[in-house]
Amino acid sequence: MNLETIIPEMAASVNWKLEGKHLLSEDLRKKALSVLENMPFPTTRTEAWKYTRLAKIRNGNFVARQEQLASNRHQIDLNAISLVFVNGHFASNLSSSHFPDGIKLLALSQMEVMELSVLGNTLPLEGELFNAFNTAYATDGVYLHISANMHIKPVIEITHIVTGTNTISHLRNVIVAEAFSKAHIVQQYVTENANTCFTNVVTEVSVAKNAFLTIDKLQYEDESCFTIATEQVTQATDSNFTINTLTLNGGLVRNNLNIAVNGQNCETHLNGAYILKGSQHVDNHTVVDHTVAHCVSNELYKGVIDEKATAVFNGKVFVRKDAQKINAFQSNGNVLLSNDATVNSKPELEIYADDVKCSHGSTTGQLDDEAIFYLRARGIGEKAARQLMVGAFVGDVFGKLTNEAVKTRVDQLLQERFEWDFVG
Amino acid sequence: MLKIENLHASIDGKEILKGLNLDVKAGEVHAIMGPNGAGKSTLASVLAGREEYEITEGTVAFEGKDLLEMATEDRAREGLFLAFQYPVEIPGVSNVNFLRTALNEIREYNGQEQISAKDFMALVREKSAIVELDAKLASRSVNEGFSGGEKKRNEIFQMAMLDPKLAILDETDSGLDIDALRIVANGVITLKSDKNATIVITHYQRLLDYIVPDFVHVLYDGKIVKSGPKELALELEEKGYDWIKAEFQH
Ligand SMILES: Nc1ncnc2c1ncn2[C@@H]1O[C@H](COP(=O)(O)OP(=O)(O)O)[C@@H](O)[C@H]1O
Ligand SMILES: [Mg+2]
Repeated sequence: MNLETIIPEMAASVNWKLEGKHLLSEDLRKKALSVLENMPFPTTRTEAWKYTRLAKIRNGNFVARQEQLASNRHQIDLNAISLVFVNGHFASNLSSSHFPDGIKLLALSQMEVMELSVLGNTLPLEGELFNAFNTAYATDGVYLHISANMHIKPVIEITHIVTGTNTISHLRNVIVAEAFSKAHIVQQYVTENANTCFTNVVTEVSVAKNAFLTIDKLQYEDESCFTIATEQVTQATDSNFTINTLTLNGGLVRNNLNIAVNGQNCETHLNGAYILKGSQHVDNHTVVDHTVAHCVSNELYKGVIDEKATAVFNGKVFVRKDAQKINAFQSNGNVLLSNDATVNSKPELEIYADDVKCSHGSTTGQLDDEAIFYLRARGIGEKAARQLMVGAFVGDVFGKLTNEAVKTRVDQLLQERFEWDFVG
Repeated sequence: MLKIENLHASIDGKEILKGLNLDVKAGEVHAIMGPNGAGKSTLASVLAGREEYEITEGTVAFEGKDLLEMATEDRAREGLFLAFQYPVEIPGVSNVNFLRTALNEIREYNGQEQISAKDFMALVREKSAIVELDAKLASRSVNEGFSGGEKKRNEIFQMAMLDPKLAILDETDSGLDIDALRIVANGVITLKSDKNATIVITHYQRLLDYIVPDFVHVLYDGKIVKSGPKELALELEEKGYDWIKAEFQH
């Protein structure tokens, strides 16, 4: 492996040892490198990073490293088509090798240079440090292409495993759902014996005309690890896109969800749940950009924050000038379980059209003591009473999950980490 | 079953119960009446274990055990039930789910096996019929969007499900129309036996036409100032509380 230390002259100077080959086109990489050369690391004075400190990532001594694992003990759905990556590298020994008709599923590293040269163009680089890092240093990722009119029945499960200490992983995924296709993808982020690792992953998603695509994004990395995960989505006419982001562990997690709704009559559903404790910091930034008329977007994020954990929610909905008859709803609710837990919630609507129906709201509170007393007065122990209340609070987000295996896994993870039992 | 002696309780430094005595035996129905603000709900809350109240003096024995030492949930598991004056709405928690959890925790505490799903549903059907509670309400979120009468019926439904030794009904009749009142009262009567006891806190004598008390107590200014047979309730209804106030206000 050919490791490259980022040269100190770069504005975004860091002491990371990265793999210096290019996965996508050479042109893109040049652009990305020039951004890195000129752009300093964001600070909390940078609006988009106001509540999320990046010092631990910036100052980390991360090293790209490969590791072979003998098995994938994270598989959620046994009937899934499964692709596994370890530390940003494709693990062919752990991945499915037979695929149903209608999909092309492989690692980017397995693709021809010509095929790769046209990918990666939807991601903005200018002013986006982590996009630039990803574009310059991604080692591998998924290429998933669903052919027109195909309904892929099994779930497509993509597992990113991180191992070791200070491991840095740069993953780039490309998902294309062609016209009238339908698929359900589960992307999960997990760790094994990992310590203070950093993962920077970008997934570009294109949902073509009248396609239906659902992504369950399940994050369960070690509490010492850092993750920045970006989904860059474009939707064409009559398409339907749903993403359920479930963050159940991870030290610092930043999710960027950027959805450009470019066709009329689209539906966009963004659901998120984050259940935090310890000193976790989870930051969800979402952007839904309605550029054309007659679309619906629905966003529901809920968080339960215990101990010293912090959560950030920043949801932006743009309704552009000619995007009339848009229904855009956004809500973020938080329950703080301790006095040290904090949340910064900022739903934002920017509307430039005049015939739209939009609403947004944000609530933060504690569990209702009266309700807990009521439950206890019926013989339910305090812990179970609190759990029932928490489950009731986030239940409507978990209720959006449609895949039984995913629900069961979420249950297991909550049981493991919180001794809680939510999804039922 | 319940023996309260010289109970003093205060909240935010203000004394509400000022030396209350009450002795309830199995098979008995006690009615507690009294003007607004006398401390009736405070008594119910203190017995159920609401933590905001400070007990400054006195003892409460429930089946020979020190009730005041027990956590709220243990009191319920020992067989104490409070029908709330203002039942709480709990969005997202289904009535039957929470009752199954409650019932199983009570059973576990008492060394009994968990109830099977089938037996549980049969029990729900049987007990919801007693208070004519729509099966749909039984599976909805606890009290959410229930009318006042439905909330009160739901309290009695829960009581029926949990089969307590001592039930304290805090103004379960207030705000009920005559038909709902009859349903609720019938529910309570159906559940009565010589092994359990009931404390009925009420403003109105009309409930006592259905649930005939063995004793009527007047709670005034944090104490039980008068006790008597069921006829006392009629007298109170007729004369109001002023004569009691006049007697004790010094
Ligand atoms: N949280 C509280 N802080 C201070 N005083 C209270 C509080 N709750 C109730 N009280 C007072 O305690 C007294 C008794 O109230 P309550 O027990 O509800 O009366 P009742 O049920 O007999 O009408 C009232 O004077 C009421 O104002
Ligand atoms: Mg009262």
